[in-house]
Amino acid sequence: MPDDTPDPTPEREPGPAGDAPGPTPGRRPEQDPEQDPEQDPARDRLRVAFTRPSSRQAVVGVLLAVLGFAFVVQVRDTAANDTYAGVRESDLIQVLNGLTGTAERARREVDRLETRRDDLQDENSARAAALDEAEQRVRTLNIIAGLVPVSGQGLRVTITESTSRVSVGSLLDTVQELRTAGAEAMEFNDEIRLGADSSFQASVGGIELDDRLLEPPYVLDVIGDPHVLRTALTFSSGPLESLENDGATVQVEEPETVEVTSVRDARRPEYAEIDEGQ
Amino acid sequence: MIAALGLLIGIIAGLLFAPDVPLSLQNYLPIAVVAALDAVFGGLRAYLDGIFDDKVFVVSFVSNVVIAAAIVYLGDQLGVGAQLTTGVVVVLGIRIFSNVAAIRRHVFHA
Repeated sequence: MPDDTPDPTPEREPGPAGDAPGPTPGRRPEQDPEQDPEQDPARDRLRVAFTRPSSRQAVVGVLLAVLGFAFVVQVRDTAANDTYAGVRESDLIQVLNGLTGTAERARREVDRLETRRDDLQDENSARAAALDEAEQRVRTLNIIAGLVPVSGQGLRVTITESTSRVSVGSLLDTVQELRTAGAEAMEFNDEIRLGADSSFQASVGGIELDDRLLEPPYVLDVIGDPHVLRTALTFSSGPLESLENDGATVQVEEPETVEVTSVRDARRPEYAEIDEGQ
Repeated sequence: MIAALGLLIGIIAGLLFAPDVPLSLQNYLPIAVVAALDAVFGGLRAYLDGIFDDKVFVVSFVSNVVIAAAIVYLGDQLGVGAQLTTGVVVVLGIRIFSNVAAIRRHVFHA
């Protein structure tokens, strides 16, 4: 520390000399503690200065008032100074440089974050698209497998047996032709949904569909393009003709909407496995 | 006592009037304040040493302020105002430290 320099206050140099003119008033308080070794001269002087103010303090007080005033003014000015008026040119240049650097850094950061945001958005939209596609697929597969009720345009075919029984083959033909014509969902008698694994069987009581007895009249609800479906039924020596040959009357209606309300249970495939090697 | 009162009055006056620093003084007021602080600590040290003289104090106070401001002004004219300001503040800071250290020894004996 420089506190052991011989005289850190060169202005004070005339101090010892100036000591001479004022020893009589200044010395007295300091001589008393010199007689009493327990008392400390410096502290005593401080105490005296506070307890017995002299006229000599007045000028010091004035100067200190000036200092306090200037100090406070400067502090307030510094605190309130947000303009750059009165700043040196070199300082201004430095401020400008700093601001330019900061702005450059901020811009780079903005670029980086924007790139990241775009990446995330791309990723997000890709994920959403994949999800959409998967949902669409699920919907389609559900309809094809007959797991959900559906409605839409289509036909309602009512087969009424009059003279004799309808053969299984004719019924199967009808379903087959409708499938060929693009039927998307089929239902017998409002209770048995046709699926990929549906099967007809002739039994003692009549015709069984998926091991359930079909009661005549057979009402077949088909969803698909009505015209195409109708054509598939009515061509010459087609299913309609063979059904009528079996001795049934067939009535084909085209309602506004065909409701297919029954559903199938999803059966877990036991033997078939998805071939991942595709 | 009077000195402390004077300091208090000055601070209160500064708070009350809160004048704006003139543009031409803006570079010099801070350095002048630091120089005056140095003079005040020097005077306090001299007082504790028992060699205080009010005339010397007044002269040192005024000359400190004027010289510090003049150095900075000169620096501004030469285009090295900022560096000279730093230099003056460093020198005055060292002096304030040494004066305060001497005062501390007087008051606390440590």
